Amino acid sequence: MIKTFYPALLVIAPLLAALLCSGFSWIQKKFCYPIVLVGLAISLFSAFKLLMIVLTSGTIQYRMAGWAPPFGIEYRIDLLNAVVLLIVSAIALINLVASHKSVLQDMKEKLGAFYSVYVLFVTGLLGVVATGDLFNLYVLLEITSLTSYALIAMGDPDRSPIASLNYLFIGVIGASFYLLGVGYLYIMTGSLNMINVADILQNLHGSSAVLIGFIFCMLGLWIKMALFPLHIWLPNAYSYTSISVGRLIAPLMTKIMVYVMIRLMLNVFGFNYIFETLELSKVVVWIASIAIIAGGVMALAQKNVKKIFAYIIVSEIGYMVGGAWLGNQTGMTGSILHIINDAVMTFALFLVVGNITFCLKNAHLNNFKGLFSKMPWTMAGLVLAGFSIIGVPPTCGFFSKWYLILGGIEAGAYHFVGALIISSLICAILFFKIFEISFFESSIQNKQQNEHKNHDKIAGITEAPVSMLISLGLTSATLIILGVYSDSIVKNIITPFLTQYKMVI
Amino acid sequence: MTDFFIGIMTKYNYWLYIILMMIGLYAMIVKNNLIKKIVGMNIFQTAIILFYISIGYKTNATIPIIKNAHGDHGTGAHKLIIHAADYINPLPHVLMLTAIVVSVATFGVALALSVKIYQRYQTLEEDEIRMRLREK
Repeated sequence: MIKTFYPALLVIAPLLAALLCSGFSWIQKKFCYPIVLVGLAISLFSAFKLLMIVLTSGTIQYRMAGWAPPFGIEYRIDLLNAVVLLIVSAIALINLVASHKSVLQDMKEKLGAFYSVYVLFVTGLLGVVATGDLFNLYVLLEITSLTSYALIAMGDPDRSPIASLNYLFIGVIGASFYLLGVGYLYIMTGSLNMINVADILQNLHGSSAVLIGFIFCMLGLWIKMALFPLHIWLPNAYSYTSISVGRLIAPLMTKIMVYVMIRLMLNVFGFNYIFETLELSKVVVWIASIAIIAGGVMALAQKNVKKIFAYIIVSEIGYMVGGAWLGNQTGMTGSILHIINDAVMTFALFLVVGNITFCLKNAHLNNFKGLFSKMPWTMAGLVLAGFSIIGVPPTCGFFSKWYLILGGIEAGAYHFVGALIISSLICAILFFKIFEISFFESSIQNKQQNEHKNHDKIAGITEAPVSMLISLGLTSATLIILGVYSDSIVKNIITPFLTQYKMVI
Repeated sequence: MTDFFIGIMTKYNYWLYIILMMIGLYAMIVKNNLIKKIVGMNIFQTAIILFYISIGYKTNATIPIIKNAHGDHGTGAHKLIIHAADYINPLPHVLMLTAIVVSVATFGVALALSVKIYQRYQTLEEDEIRMRLREK
């Protein structure tokens, strides 16, 4: 076992930052931003260090306060969550820098509250990913959810409190189902540590209590990740919130829930139980295929760009759930790779929306007319992110889709493959519609208004602030870098991780 | 038929939590008033807390405090022979302390949100809020 303190530092740094920030908000509000920045930078640094340590010397088991695993809480960092931790902390830090100006503009009097809740949300996410204890996961999940309700309610004053309250009702049902599932597992095993539970469960495959526990856990997580029939809370919650919040929650929350599902499938219940004893995989892959198509079709019907992207998330959740439930290593590889890629892709998309709303105050599709000449750099970012969502080769979206399709063919799930291809086409239609409006249709209305008010200077380039553009540039570059190096990510990280588990049926 | 009743009677704690949970879920789905929905949510969470509390219970067992264990500065505990069956399982109860905190926090956030909604729309009935939203 390797002695290292980084797993604790990773979670404690943002937690302390939240505490200090809420304290300082009473004294001097301008200290809040640097404190949060330092806290998140420390967790990014420790996430990076953890990945390096895990790559060279294997899994890290960190015992909180020195208590041995079955009794104490263990933080377990292996190849999968080291990567996810890096993505989460990087996105949180970049978004903090990018949204500094718009936060100052939107919520001047609530600055301290906003930053402390923001960093508490990141604490919860990092904890959910790092922990190896089923009940600790529930507690951190609730920290994440509670802070996300508060963050979402800070948006549009007309609609965001209602969207947030609806999200709260559904989120509570989801988390409670997960808790109930853990309760049934505890009845059967008497333990809460994931590895320990998995060892004991191996002899209990026929038990109906374990089956109920499994169903409740999965149902809870599916509600939380907004798998298609359970997605109703997502589009309103994500599109009515202020953009600096939406950019953080939209790429991370649902993806982390998919990660938790994969963690439970591989580490707690095991492949044999899910695919041999239960034979549920066909049903779930069907649900995922329907989710992919339904998300795309509902996105086509929307006029607000924020809502279009929110429905694209619903569709992408279908990709990841389907890939994980195909029941072979290729599908699981695609699913894990898509967690990484989709977090970055969605983040890039929402950064673009952030830049546009910062300049235009509105993300309605009609306002996009002539935007290419007005905001060339932002729209270049949108083109890259759009290509990645569609799955055009040099960007990372293509590679995870490729693995998913290969996995689908290997498992004989041709409906899933078909859904993937149709959804790519739907995404192509969606994005080329946006490109067409913003590139070819000139904004006649705007010009008339400008002439009327004698504002001739505005007709030129009106780009977002430099910090926003740099964050967008960095994220868009990551899209291509992840695409180019996706082969080495799969070879060095995902395949060694997956070969620990016997994935042959 | 008697087997059925005996099945219910021996596992009455599970039936009770299921009934409570369904009451809460019903209130959350059907009720029109937001405060009633929030109360339903609280019943739903309390049902799960009761479920956890009941799984730690054993018949003819007592609270898990061992008498005189700290008498000889910590050495006494090693000499005592402890039968696990004599004491109820404290772990689910400890877990539920955390879950109670979570449910109180959720309740607080939900009430704060409903205050915000009330300030905006002067009503807490969901259909009226929907009507106002449609007018905009």
